[in-house]
Amino acid sequence: MAISKDTVKYVAHLARIRLKPEELDVFSVQLEEILKYMEKLNEAEVSHIPPTSHILSLKNVFRADQVRPSLDVDAVLENAPKKKDRQFSVPKVIA
Amino acid sequence: MNLNQLTARQLQKKLDAKEIKPQEIISSLKQRLAESEEKVRAYVSGADFSSIPDEGLPVAIKDNICTKGLNTQCCSKILKDFKPPYDATVIKKIKEAGLSVQSAKTNMDEFAFGSSTENSFFGATHNPWDIERVPGGSSGGSAAAVAADEAIWALGSDTGGSIRQPASFCGVVGLKPTYGRVSRYGLIAFASSLDQIGPITKDVADSAWLAKIISGHDIQDATAVDIPVPDYTKALVKDVKGIKIGVPEEYFVEGLDEEVKEHILQAIELLKKLGATVKKVKLPHTQYALPVYYIIATAEASSNLARFDGVEYGFRTDSKGQSLIDMYEETRGEGFGSEAKRRIILGTYVLSHGYYEAYYLRAQKVRTLIKNDFDAVFKEFDCILTPTSPTPAFKIGEKAANPLNMYLSDIYTIPANLAGIPAISLPCGLTKKRLPVGLQILTKAFDEETLFRIAYTYEQNTSWHLEKPKL
Repeated sequence: MAISKDTVKYVAHLARIRLKPEELDVFSVQLEEILKYMEKLNEAEVSHIPPTSHILSLKNVFRADQVRPSLDVDAVLENAPKKKDRQFSVPKVIA
Repeated sequence: MNLNQLTARQLQKKLDAKEIKPQEIISSLKQRLAESEEKVRAYVSGADFSSIPDEGLPVAIKDNICTKGLNTQCCSKILKDFKPPYDATVIKKIKEAGLSVQSAKTNMDEFAFGSSTENSFFGATHNPWDIERVPGGSSGGSAAAVAADEAIWALGSDTGGSIRQPASFCGVVGLKPTYGRVSRYGLIAFASSLDQIGPITKDVADSAWLAKIISGHDIQDATAVDIPVPDYTKALVKDVKGIKIGVPEEYFVEGLDEEVKEHILQAIELLKKLGATVKKVKLPHTQYALPVYYIIATAEASSNLARFDGVEYGFRTDSKGQSLIDMYEETRGEGFGSEAKRRIILGTYVLSHGYYEAYYLRAQKVRTLIKNDFDAVFKEFDCILTPTSPTPAFKIGEKAANPLNMYLSDIYTIPANLAGIPAISLPCGLTKKRLPVGLQILTKAFDEETLFRIAYTYEQNTSWHLEKPKL
């Protein structure tokens, strides 16, 4: 399957990654090669095979609904690149 | 022999007998680091070795396992200077067992994306056996540190071979436990249905000991199952009489290095001589493991890595974009390295509208076929033996330009992650150029005991694990 630069650009936007023009060039070639390799899977007969999302036969795992200590807010904010009034600070969302 | 060259079990005996003090181990490690770390670069650069703790046997920790208050950066710019406010469950368990955690973290491919430890924001690690070659990856720093005697033992993580392949390249022992055996709480997630933490050690006995310490149920990780943890050190029995070994023909095909093949066949012969029975088996869907893996792993990674957006931790762009979306896109464009971007974009693509069924769902179905292959073999056989990697360590830069070529170096390790079964790599030879070769043993899920028994028997009848690199 051919993968155009526009497709790579669009998917990168979905993934919230801004690519440089030279990255677009390289990635569209490489991704096409990788996706072509993945087409090998079309040979496999899977019409009656259920999907495996993970290998454990776990269903719902329940635990007691008990109050446990949470992380300290100030300790968590220590890592924030920008903070204000004990909160994370981000660019304006609503103009 | 210097103390840093001994195994953890040997050192613990000396500590218990009060022959040595913990500080003597530390100073011998520091001395070794001063001699060799400049060449090997097993640890994240700028690491300060003065703060190796004074109490208990120290464990080296991969840079993607959270250590409270200590840098945990996944060797990525986007997590620069991140100091987790909590310890991963494995770190808690290590401390509770009286061991100590080294403050210097080991190098890795960014977010564990790679098979060579070249994709680290902090620069490549070098293989102690030949510093022009890669140590394997992504836990290349942990494996190189142990191989160079710069660490007594270490923790790594394995999503598609990231413990076993570097262990094989560096001539040490690497274990990927059964999926669900070890809590992933505090392991910065790459692919949640495949990731497991495991030990990298100098011998099988240390592997069993550290595996026992870190395994077990955890309410912080719903997939860490509530099955009692056996005392794996009791499985260290020198006896393989009656053990049924399957050797899959699909693993001995084009692409397998002749010298590697020769050493694996010799290992099989030895186990036969020691009383095991060996037969050829079929794992017919092996050829699909790699494409299945690179769909499932990148899909899960694209979702897991959505959290790195310049808000809660790590790096944020300086560029003065107008909107929140601009900030996200610039931060992620500048903060992730090439391989991380490639995988996130690939994973987003295979999950996107119109492609989900063709790629992701189909891959999950083929994953079932791969798992069924193993289930069928384990009905008759106790274990499967294969090479860990098709080649010995390759040169730095050799595969960097071609991602697909790099992915192929995990071709023998990926199936165990897809099937969730345990697998170990242990040294089984040196090539003419004195590069280590790794033997991989796989058993059915939650049967680490059989794995250790076979590995221990092989190791105790050979001396490959005693070979040291000449740095």
